[in-house]
Amino acid sequence: MNPSWQKGYSTKSVYLQTPFHQGIGYVNLRINAAMIQVQNVSKHYGELVAVDNISFQLEKGDVLGFLGPNGAGKTTTMRIITGYMPPTKGSVYIADIDVFEDPQAAKSHIGYLPENPPLYEDMVVRDYLDFVADIKQVPNGEKNGRIHYLMEKCGIVNVGKRIIGHLSKGYKQRVGIAQALINDPEVLVLDEPTSGLDPMQIIEIRELIKGLSGERTVILSTHILPEVTMICSKVVIINKGKIALEESLERLTNKIDGIENILLKTRYWGEEIQEKIISLPNVSDIRLGLSNELIIEPKKGVDIREDLTDLVMQNGWGLLEMRPVVHNLEEVFLRAISTEGN
Amino acid sequence: MKGVYPILKRELRSYFASPLAYVILVVFQLVSAMFFFLNLKGFLHLQFDPSYQLLREELNLNTVIIIPYFDTMSIVLLFIIPLITMRLLADERKSHTAELLFTSPIKLRSIILGKYLAALILLIIMLCLSSLNIVVLMAHGNPDLGVVLSSYLGLLLLGASFLAIGIFASSLSSSQLVAAVIAFGILLLLWLVGASSDTDSSIFGYISLISHFKNFGKGIIELKDLAYYLSVIYIGLFLTHTALDSERWR
Repeated sequence: MNPSWQKGYSTKSVYLQTPFHQGIGYVNLRINAAMIQVQNVSKHYGELVAVDNISFQLEKGDVLGFLGPNGAGKTTTMRIITGYMPPTKGSVYIADIDVFEDPQAAKSHIGYLPENPPLYEDMVVRDYLDFVADIKQVPNGEKNGRIHYLMEKCGIVNVGKRIIGHLSKGYKQRVGIAQALINDPEVLVLDEPTSGLDPMQIIEIRELIKGLSGERTVILSTHILPEVTMICSKVVIINKGKIALEESLERLTNKIDGIENILLKTRYWGEEIQEKIISLPNVSDIRLGLSNELIIEPKKGVDIREDLTDLVMQNGWGLLEMRPVVHNLEEVFLRAISTEGN
Repeated sequence: MKGVYPILKRELRSYFASPLAYVILVVFQLVSAMFFFLNLKGFLHLQFDPSYQLLREELNLNTVIIIPYFDTMSIVLLFIIPLITMRLLADERKSHTAELLFTSPIKLRSIILGKYLAALILLIIMLCLSSLNIVVLMAHGNPDLGVVLSSYLGLLLLGASFLAIGIFASSLSSSQLVAAVIAFGILLLLWLVGASSDTDSSIFGYISLISHFKNFGKGIIELKDLAYYLSVIYIGLFLTHTALDSERWR
């Protein structure tokens, strides 16, 4: 994975001078610049604050999983990044170009798949892609090759001559993805690319996105948490317009592994079990599970499974089940959201 | 101005992919032929009316057929044009394709111009088809070709002004119906202010869309009329641009 996003960027002011020794002014040359930079972006709809002062940045090759409950501001943020709507405050830079100041230049770096794929229902798939290639200013020489390549890659060759309005949701979604990729963009913004697809299609689309990343910088919003573990290198969770958690996936999984709890289930059930277990030397906490199980939190880095079995055997409680409980992304997600709520 | 052509091409294709364009062309053709036939019938009737024998000088193809025909055509356009323009921008919002258009690296004015020109081409096709009526007349009589041509120029400019107002109305809503009603309302208002003034020299007479059409019908092409229609077109497109651009203001 690419850990360079943690380094951030530095700026260096350079004074530009003309041959006549009249300075033009200071120009900021950015070193180690990020591909996407979101700086203190807020969006207000009247009283409602949809996005509240969020900032993050992505390096080339990063794949960001953008998570959050419904109405958290995911779509709004993505619309701001793609230049579809302006932020109330703050700014977005794509490849060092301010999206608000120079939208034309910034937009030519972006491929965008909105929540509802932007399809002209009365057009034939092939003609539609041809049109998108035209408005995204793909050179005429490359156009046909590019369309052919994408139709193959997105698996829509066999529906190329069909009218978009007659296609199934899955095919429409694929045409939407092909559309977003037509100008070979460096930045890809995908708003719930796998929503409404059947499990087979979801896997295919995931593989497609995985194959696409690499050189590209991808922002991907989704409701499906395992998807993030599969595709993404970085996670941002937003809730009520604010960033609740921002972490690289590597770190996130490490963090999870560090606090591995043990679930214990015994036939005998009594108060003294809890007391005896907590008095074990390496146990730091114990709590009740959902159905008469105990969740035991060991001290960091210590394996207490042997001690526990010994204890159960000695007392004859009748061991039914013992297994490690892995914190999954779901738990992290819920915790991030609930702490924000409190 | 890159991007005008692909938008124009797609828009025209979309007109003819749905029944809308055909229905509009057929309806316009039928209505215009109907009015033309009624005028022709009236002309034949007057030919043999003894009380009009003294006015034979006035009884020519121009005054009885051509001028009233173009007057009615201008009113028919008033009803039909909002139907042509209503979908232009409203439908982009409704079908979420606005997100594609407005996040692609083409200028807003190219989008508007492409769409406007597509509607204009449909209008020209409409007018060309309706000229069949005049062709029939020319086979059997000799109408004043100058008046016919200047009337067509006037009708084209009038229709082009209607289109510019219509596309503006379409930029205000995501509902085609609302867009059509707004367009129709504006056109009717601009039409009626002319009727409310007694003389063309009043300010209302100048604003009115219809008062500037009268000269064309007489075979007179005046600079002030040309300037009027071209300004209406420009203002309509400018307002459309402003309405769409304002969504991207802070």
